[in-house]
Amino acid sequence: MARLPMVPELLKQLFSRPATNAFPSRHLPPSVTGFLAKVASGEATIHPPVPTPPKFRGKIVYDREACIGCTLCLKVCPAHAIEFIPETKRIRIYITQCIFCSQCNDICPKDALHMSPDFLLATENRYAESQIVE
Amino acid sequence: MSAEKTKKTVPYTVPIGPVHPALKEPVMFTFGMEGEIVRTVDFAPGQTHRGIEWMGMRRNPVQIVHLTDRVCGICGIVHSISFARAVEQIVGIEVPERADYIRTILHELERIQSHLLWAGVAAHELGFDSLFYLAWRVREESMDLIENLTGNRVNYGIIQVGGVRRDISDEQRPLIEKGLAYYEGLLDQMATLFLEDSTIRMRCRDHGFLSEDDARKLCTVGPSARASGLNMDVRQDYPYCAYGDLDVKAILPPAETGGPRGDVYDRIIVRLLEIGQSVGIIRQCLDAMPAGEILWEPKMAKLLAACKKADGEAIGRVEAPRGECMHYVRMAGKEAPESWKIKASTYSNLMSWIPMLQGEQLADIPIIVASIDPCLSCTDRVTVVRDGKPDILTKEDLTRLSREKTRRLMQ
Repeated sequence: MARLPMVPELLKQLFSRPATNAFPSRHLPPSVTGFLAKVASGEATIHPPVPTPPKFRGKIVYDREACIGCTLCLKVCPAHAIEFIPETKRIRIYITQCIFCSQCNDICPKDALHMSPDFLLATENRYAESQIVE
Repeated sequence: MSAEKTKKTVPYTVPIGPVHPALKEPVMFTFGMEGEIVRTVDFAPGQTHRGIEWMGMRRNPVQIVHLTDRVCGICGIVHSISFARAVEQIVGIEVPERADYIRTILHELERIQSHLLWAGVAAHELGFDSLFYLAWRVREESMDLIENLTGNRVNYGIIQVGGVRRDISDEQRPLIEKGLAYYEGLLDQMATLFLEDSTIRMRCRDHGFLSEDDARKLCTVGPSARASGLNMDVRQDYPYCAYGDLDVKAILPPAETGGPRGDVYDRIIVRLLEIGQSVGIIRQCLDAMPAGEILWEPKMAKLLAACKKADGEAIGRVEAPRGECMHYVRMAGKEAPESWKIKASTYSNLMSWIPMLQGEQLADIPIIVASIDPCLSCTDRVTVVRDGKPDILTKEDLTRLSREKTRRLMQ
């Protein structure tokens, strides 16, 4: 006789909650902007976003005041995402090039570079304001 | 069609690839078929060459460690450890003991997620998609754990030449314990779902057979070799990281399941048992993990200076989830290594496809191809260029060829 141990498991799953992360709203609202306005005014609630883990490596944050222009970060950046501007003695980071390894954070002697938990970075323009940190 | 012509087309050839839905990664197969039966097998890898070694030879070791993370999408830490170990041997770096234990823990977590990923893919190739979803749901637990420990799900960026970049804190230990308990409770269920299922047994038992002798001759490595009865595992034979202190034995298909037969079913057994073994290894690591430093030299500038002075060559060997992975590095007093060569585990396993596939049916090709857990993007180190012409034809090349043909016909 054919043994199918997956069948009871599947029947069990019919009655369990989905394993995937919940969408912000339970059903597709008739108007997304209308729904968001309702959320802002407190009339509706959304499923909260799944938090990023501690020490997550997201978009880079640059403290321009703390930077001394030593260019050590350029030396270790595997993706050549950092550019040195000689006139201002400061750096410019291209997020589209960045591979989020945070190696520049480790080498920075003045602790001027940090990783934020910000990860929704996609745009259509690689030189958009959000894609360049300086 | 004339009788003579029909005769010529039997056995006929079936090309599969370079990009095909039945294959997870690009490789070109040419099968000589006789009816439904595969008689001859030929394949051409090299369809996803990315020139990562070329990039590495223009960068310093601290940069290359992050490139190695990206050699493979699944075994991220394997290549990093392998490369770091090669450089450590050249420079003469002694990795702190705690860093070795953290490396081992992550290495085994990666094995858990890789084997579960493979189990899901294998189920999918058999047309058993509910089991595929279940395996991948279960895999998320290890992915979340890895994300918590390293800061990212896939490109971990935790290995550094001379140690690791992040410590495992006391708050993270209960999370690891929780993950291990989750997998321990799940092992029996997974074994039942995969091994007692009639459909999986029918499709995998005695299919994709690789004899012990063939496995030895073709230098098969990893779970594919162990399923054929070869007692080999780099963690057991040449211990690295913390494996020397731990109890690690190569896992062969146990005699009660029919002993090592070298078929696809045995490869499933070996991988499922290895998930349990990895859980045990992480347990041992957590118990024995000493306190102390995690980096040989926390100042990267000093590490780079030490690497720049180094002169010599070394090989880093690691047991990846798919088998032995090797990195050869030669440094010659420059910032960038003079030579860097990657031998991914699948490279050794590719040839075992030929005896496995011969005599099987066309419909068995996807599961047998998947059974060695091929990872072609990390394997492809070479792209063939003959007489200065690459094998790949771009749109411009095709236009040019077309015009040349018109000219030929005009003459």
